Amino acid sequence: VIAQAEPTGRRLAIDPKWVGAGALFLALASFWVALPPVTARSILWPIVFGAVSIAGGIWVARAGALRVGIISIVAGVLGIALGIVATRSSVSHLHDVFTWSTLFASMFVFATPLTFAAIGGMFSERSGVVNIGLEGMMLMGCFWGIYGADKTGSWELGVLIGMVSGGLLALVHAFFAIQLRADQIVGGTAVNFLAVGITGYFFVQLYHGENIPSGVGQIPNVNLHIGDVYFFGRAFGDLNLMIWLAFLLVPLSYVVMFKTPIGLRIRACGEHPRAADTVGIHVYGIRYAAVVLSGMLAAAGGAYLSIGFVGTFNENMTAGRGFIALAALIFGGWRPFGAFAAALLFGFSQALAFKMQVYSDSLPGIDVLINALPYALTLIAVAGVIGRSIPPAAVGRPYVKQ
Amino acid sequence: VTEAPTGPPLGVPPDPEDVPTFAARFAIQQRLGGVAAPIFTAVFAFLMGGLVVLSTGHDPFKTYKAIWEGAGMNWLYQFPWWHNTDTLAALALQQTLLLTTTLILTGLAVAFAFRCGMFNIGGQGQYMVGLIMANWVGVSFAGMMHGSHVLLTVLVATLAGAAWGGIAGFLKATVGAHEVIVTIMLNWIAYWIGSYVFSQGGPLQDPATPANPISADIAEGAHLPVFWGDPVLQGLHIGFFIAISMLVVFWVTLNRTTLGYEVRAVGYNPDAAAYAGISVKKNFFLAMAISGAFAGLAGGLDMTGYLYHYGTLDVQSSTIGFLGIAVALLGRNTAVGVGISALLFGALLNGTSTRGLDPNVFKPELAGHLTEMIQGLVVLFVGADVLILYLWSLRRRKFKLPRIGGEGV
Repeated sequence: VIAQAEPTGRRLAIDPKWVGAGALFLALASFWVALPPVTARSILWPIVFGAVSIAGGIWVARAGALRVGIISIVAGVLGIALGIVATRSSVSHLHDVFTWSTLFASMFVFATPLTFAAIGGMFSERSGVVNIGLEGMMLMGCFWGIYGADKTGSWELGVLIGMVSGGLLALVHAFFAIQLRADQIVGGTAVNFLAVGITGYFFVQLYHGENIPSGVGQIPNVNLHIGDVYFFGRAFGDLNLMIWLAFLLVPLSYVVMFKTPIGLRIRACGEHPRAADTVGIHVYGIRYAAVVLSGMLAAAGGAYLSIGFVGTFNENMTAGRGFIALAALIFGGWRPFGAFAAALLFGFSQALAFKMQVYSDSLPGIDVLINALPYALTLIAVAGVIGRSIPPAAVGRPYVKQ
Repeated sequence: VTEAPTGPPLGVPPDPEDVPTFAARFAIQQRLGGVAAPIFTAVFAFLMGGLVVLSTGHDPFKTYKAIWEGAGMNWLYQFPWWHNTDTLAALALQQTLLLTTTLILTGLAVAFAFRCGMFNIGGQGQYMVGLIMANWVGVSFAGMMHGSHVLLTVLVATLAGAAWGGIAGFLKATVGAHEVIVTIMLNWIAYWIGSYVFSQGGPLQDPATPANPISADIAEGAHLPVFWGDPVLQGLHIGFFIAISMLVVFWVTLNRTTLGYEVRAVGYNPDAAAYAGISVKKNFFLAMAISGAFAGLAGGLDMTGYLYHYGTLDVQSSTIGFLGIAVALLGRNTAVGVGISALLFGALLNGTSTRGLDPNVFKPELAGHLTEMIQGLVVLFVGADVLILYLWSLRRRKFKLPRIGGEGV
């Protein structure tokens, strides 16, 4: 028996955050009901769930938790839109797209370049240098990786050449950011433009802007011979070698960053370079190494993109993945496992967009529009988390030796 | 006191070495370097571009001369000019000035946000949203009076750009999301929205030719008057003067209004501005919205001035909004500077286009990427103001290097 005379409703003492979480859950449900195995065919269900989540979001926003409220509202709108699209696709198409095991395998494919770049970005940012140029370094890895694989005939050398090219571009960024104390965000943007120009120029010069001849050495898949095992067989049974390397890179970078003296030094340079300098750490050296390492890792992700996944090179083929990786890094709180989890999330949205683009038969043109989904989700994630995850204290600030 | 969302993150003690923002850096640099620094930057970038041309087995002098002529710059010495208004050079120069019009506005879109301490790399998306909306309004409402239809089209495009930029400003002001990542994501969203609306079955695709992913032409009544050249051959429209007048608007707004004063104050030091009672959040939002309005206006003028229709492939190959970054930075985020560097990049862009450049001298496909490289080098060197300040201080031997830096992303 709740007294309706209570004007503010404060006696209920509901934490808006919990309502927000519920609203978010409902937003998810509004899309989920339209998918296998539930496969609701009426547009009523997504709309009902989504509307309740939007209403909840409005209540939460008015109750004081503005951020949670806005996220719930946006998620509700997105849930309704995706739910309606799904109810208007045929059931067989939905089963094609939402075979969860293959969708998971696809998620790993899309998450791998993001993971490499995000872990790379972690080293750079933990040492105190913002790396907006991840995108460009990844693009260098894409082109020079496939060039190397084409000319040498081996994918190992291709990946290596790609990584060197990314490292070189990172060295340019490092020189301007560390030595010349240039603004790191402007410098990183410049590095991105340079990479677009360089890869485009040499693509035309060396390949006349046409397709790189097929038969370039591809990074092989690892067949685990578990094809019959339920779910795991299709999700993990035949993944690319680079995907497994990405899985390995995450714990490895965690150990290096948080359990070794080297990691301690990197973090010291990013938190308080003067203190690090005082105890004899070579701040410039550490920062150079970290930025170059970040470029090499981002380029490894790029090389996977061109010779592990797509099998060819297109101008500007990274399509914002470096920035999504940067968002994953922020979303993951500058930590390897957090960044990996965020990369999986963004990878999943890319996989979903990719599959729906191929299989969608609902609304005309929606297969094109669905490509915006990963970027929209990244935007929401970044807007939702920033201010809560705390970056390294000295990130973005050049260090001046005294 | 309003809490400023920039600066060191919460929980970090104030740093005695705390550093001025972009705007403050550029002010320092402007006082010291004057016009010498940007000229040095540009010359150096072209020099490096020439080296790339040379190292890949082409003649840089011939290439740059062909680019100069492709941009129609040789019209300047076709004296008397009034007898040569329809030569090839004149046609090329019209193209250059069309691109200059766009670049002035996309440059201002970057420059205005910069003066508020923000880096707007979303000019491309804001421009694209403007183009899309202009196409929609221009194709619809075909019965409207000539003057009012153009006005409405351009106005809607401007507002659309302002809204798109305003999202980034709003998110920065409310939740502190960094504008660089937000605007990049918005660029890609605009890219796919643009690809969608003009694609087969998309809402703006021309139903008369269902196989082509291209929009219908906007109504005659939504065309801007062309004052030099043939409207059919993309002559120069009066949007050129609108862009020039926007340079004046930019200068007046920044230097002669309360809004501009507050924007610059926030740009120099958000904490000090907040302490003085200026709402930092409001100014972040307003500065991004105004920036977006400039880029949206560019889209509106392009649609009503010479494009008239647009297609999915055009959306996917357009990069003129990104070039605005180099324009603004090379122009030191000032009105005059943006005007001059927009002319420079407009000429470079047109001179290296398939339409402008003589393919016997240098392949336009290569040259297009040369533009991208020069653009990157310009941004790189402009960012390295310390290098220039250092060289300057060697001459003066009295200037102490300023402490500088950016903010965390």
